[in-house]
Amino acid sequence: MPSARLRHVAVFLAVAAAAQLLAVGAGKGFLLTQLTMAAYYALVAVGLSLLMGFAGQISLGHAAFFAVGGYASAALTTWNLASHRGSGLVAALARAGLLQARTDLYGGSLLTVHPWAAAVAAVALALLLAWLVGIPVLKLSGHYLAMATLGVGTIIGSVAIGTEALGAADGISGVPRLPLAFGAAVTGDSDQRVLNYWVAVAILALAMVLLLNLVRSRVGRALRAIHGAEDAARAMGVDTARLKLRTFVLSAGLAAVAGVFLTHFNGGIGPSEASTMKSVKVVAMVAVGGMGSLWGTLAVSVVLNFLSLRGYFGTFDDAVFGGILILVMLFSPDGVLAPDLRRSAGAAWARLRAARARRRAGAGEAGEGGTGAGEAGAGEARDGAAGAGGEERP
Amino acid sequence: MARELLVQYLIAGLTYGVIYAVVGIGFNIIYNATGIINFAQGEFVMLGGMIAVTLHGFLPLPAAIAGAVVLTMAVGALVEMLFIRWLVKPSVLRMIIITIGVSILLREAALLLWGNAVRALPYFTGNEVTSVGILGARVSPQVLWAVGVCLALVAAITAWFRWTSWGRQMRACAANRVAASLCGLPTRNLVTLSFVLSAGMGALAGCVVSPITQTQYSVGAGLAIKGFTVAILGGLGNSLAAVAAGLLLGVLESFSVSLLPTAYKDAISIAVLLLILFVRPTGLFAARLTSRV
Amino acid sequence: MLRIRNLDVAYGPVTVLRRISLHVNPGEVVAIVGANGAGKTTLLKAVSGLVRPRAGEIALQGREVSRESAERIVALGCSHVPEGRQVFASMSVHENLLMGAHVQLRRGRKDQVKADLERVYRLFPVLEKRQRQFAGTLSGGEQQMLAMGRALMARPALLMLDEPSMGLAPLVMKDIFATVSRISAEGSTVLLVEQNARGALKIAHRGYVLETGRIVLSGTAEELLANRDVQRAYLGREAAAEPERGRP
Repeated sequence: MPSARLRHVAVFLAVAAAAQLLAVGAGKGFLLTQLTMAAYYALVAVGLSLLMGFAGQISLGHAAFFAVGGYASAALTTWNLASHRGSGLVAALARAGLLQARTDLYGGSLLTVHPWAAAVAAVALALLLAWLVGIPVLKLSGHYLAMATLGVGTIIGSVAIGTEALGAADGISGVPRLPLAFGAAVTGDSDQRVLNYWVAVAILALAMVLLLNLVRSRVGRALRAIHGAEDAARAMGVDTARLKLRTFVLSAGLAAVAGVFLTHFNGGIGPSEASTMKSVKVVAMVAVGGMGSLWGTLAVSVVLNFLSLRGYFGTFDDAVFGGILILVMLFSPDGVLAPDLRRSAGAAWARLRAARARRRAGAGEAGEGGTGAGEAGAGEARDGAAGAGGEERP
Repeated sequence: MARELLVQYLIAGLTYGVIYAVVGIGFNIIYNATGIINFAQGEFVMLGGMIAVTLHGFLPLPAAIAGAVVLTMAVGALVEMLFIRWLVKPSVLRMIIITIGVSILLREAALLLWGNAVRALPYFTGNEVTSVGILGARVSPQVLWAVGVCLALVAAITAWFRWTSWGRQMRACAANRVAASLCGLPTRNLVTLSFVLSAGMGALAGCVVSPITQTQYSVGAGLAIKGFTVAILGGLGNSLAAVAAGLLLGVLESFSVSLLPTAYKDAISIAVLLLILFVRPTGLFAARLTSRV
Repeated sequence: MLRIRNLDVAYGPVTVLRRISLHVNPGEVVAIVGANGAGKTTLLKAVSGLVRPRAGEIALQGREVSRESAERIVALGCSHVPEGRQVFASMSVHENLLMGAHVQLRRGRKDQVKADLERVYRLFPVLEKRQRQFAGTLSGGEQQMLAMGRALMARPALLMLDEPSMGLAPLVMKDIFATVSRISAEGSTVLLVEQNARGALKIAHRGYVLETGRIVLSGTAEELLANRDVQRAYLGREAAAEPERGRP
């Protein structure tokens, strides 16, 4: 990974460390709680930034995937299977070591799915849902796509608030901790506050590394080509449908991971996490941070979420985000912190075309291995991770 | 199902259906004039009802309703002039985000002004318990008002577009904005007019249905999705088709309540929307897809 | 009637027209010929107000109009028939023409509009036949006539036509050009932009040749038709066989 990107990540980690030291030093360790939450929400935003900013697909229902991750892990770790101990399925799960026995607040015995098993299942469910939903939805564009994603988000929100088994309007509480190594865990306990802060930061940093690499690779260029001119990209051999779907699923997965971790951190989840307003807020953060700027989105998301969680916007919370949306779209539609997307999109196109031309030129001569390595362009987007490295030539 | 129950569901469906149809037509008007889907459409209905209730505090009912319609039209004009007019060649994404922002602002403003109280206008004739017999079922006269007013609105709007000079100009502007300005048509004002009309229609519908469904600051969003469903179902252009689509959706939704818990009622119309979008985005009635995106 | 001085028009960073200067006298037919991408359409758009120039002056009947809105410019007496017809497809022929008369109707000249309607139907009998039909169902040539008729309804002092013959069959093309001649004979001033240089220059009094945003030649129509370079570039090889009529 080139040093520039590594440097950015290092800066991020340094800032995170500074924030932590400041907070603890000033005796306001509780601020770390909100920062941790903000970091998890930022994970959702960064994933959406990939989808909206790079692949150019609008999603007005992204909070739904966060909710699916959160609710699934919450439900699995709180539904008491003790009374079904005899059933075949439960016995099989127990044998596989996927269950966890503990006692609840009142001393009763609880048999639930182990948090890690639940976590994996929850993220898998979200990925599956995104995949199933994505296939028909991503065929749409513009208003239709926006409304479809809004619709999906609303349905999931309706299910969350309307289903008794998911706690209806009260949500699910009493979610157990997610155990890490050596007695550490993802939990709301104040003595694990600093640790949890760093868990969130680490996950966010990992995600950024993944996304930054993705964006600079062939796949990223193909994505930007789709954003710029989808028909043209398809004509050049980019498998647009598959790429869009993968991006959609990836961003949903990131949101779900955030959902799982935050639910364990908070010890519960409520239907407001699945609300349309939440989805709109995430879109607002991506818009402000810059369509196509991952770091910008991260920064804006952390700051706005932190302020919102601290209650700085008071009862005007929703109005503030609505206002932000309007202001940004009116005056600075590429985002407040974005790099010049047009330039980068234009450059991406130029490289694709050049690579294609080179491939055609090289087709006549057997084994043009030189051009094949790495820069072969659009047609090879299919290979994704495979192939001789996605390193861009400067 | 007992015949009486059937008729009740049908009538409930028709009542909501005409409201959805009016919202859908409102979408169509703005979409045809500007290519924008106005996410804030539902808020106009909400504002109509809420403002009327407030005005009714010191005005007789007809004046309160008229005042509410006029004020909501003013809001519509303001929205267009402040947020839409400025944009030169906006992208679809940008427009969607802006109108969502506008819808949020309107909703929050309503929350600020009226809190989360549920308000309702009084019944136009009679009260909650008067009823009229129709096909063996007892129906509130307000339902007849709602259906009647909405159908009259649809007729008026159709007449407007077909026979008045302003209506023709709006049609020209929608058909080809560049050619329209080359004919000397005041295209910018025509766009504002489309917002004003949409807002007015929505407001009137909101007033007439408020005694039955009650109004609250938050009703806008749900209406918007359903209105959009109707607009898409009807093919984004045809008033009559929107009415048919609205009635269809209303009845479908109404009967679904008998099968599924009411909490999922909204999910039904969304499921319908998704189905249409996936299978036939040009709508059930449109002959041709004019791609404006 | 129309005087353009040192006009510069750019789309973002791309300059499309450079220091264009030309004029049109009342009653004339002036043709602007040039290849695709030369900037002809942009020139008309700048005059009619669809595009704002970066520099230069446009004077319509002595009045500076380079910063006016398109609607205003129509009211000031300049009608632009855009490239590609651009009729109101979902409206009837009759309604299209009514729309064209908007500026006159606004001034309350109902009777005049009625008379103009008859005049247009006389010019284009086929339109009268198809009065109630949707404009979108007309053929290319008929739509072109409708677009011209619509522009005429505004009683323009200056009529600007952008590629009226584009996409039309040769016979229909002849018809269109003949109609333009007739319109000019009835007193209108016409600025005609065309790729079909021969057809345009044949009915014009004067012409300009536009190449990549610059006026490279100007003169009377005969001079341009006889010019060697014009012949080679725009009139095809058969023109070279015609006897020279004298050097410009």
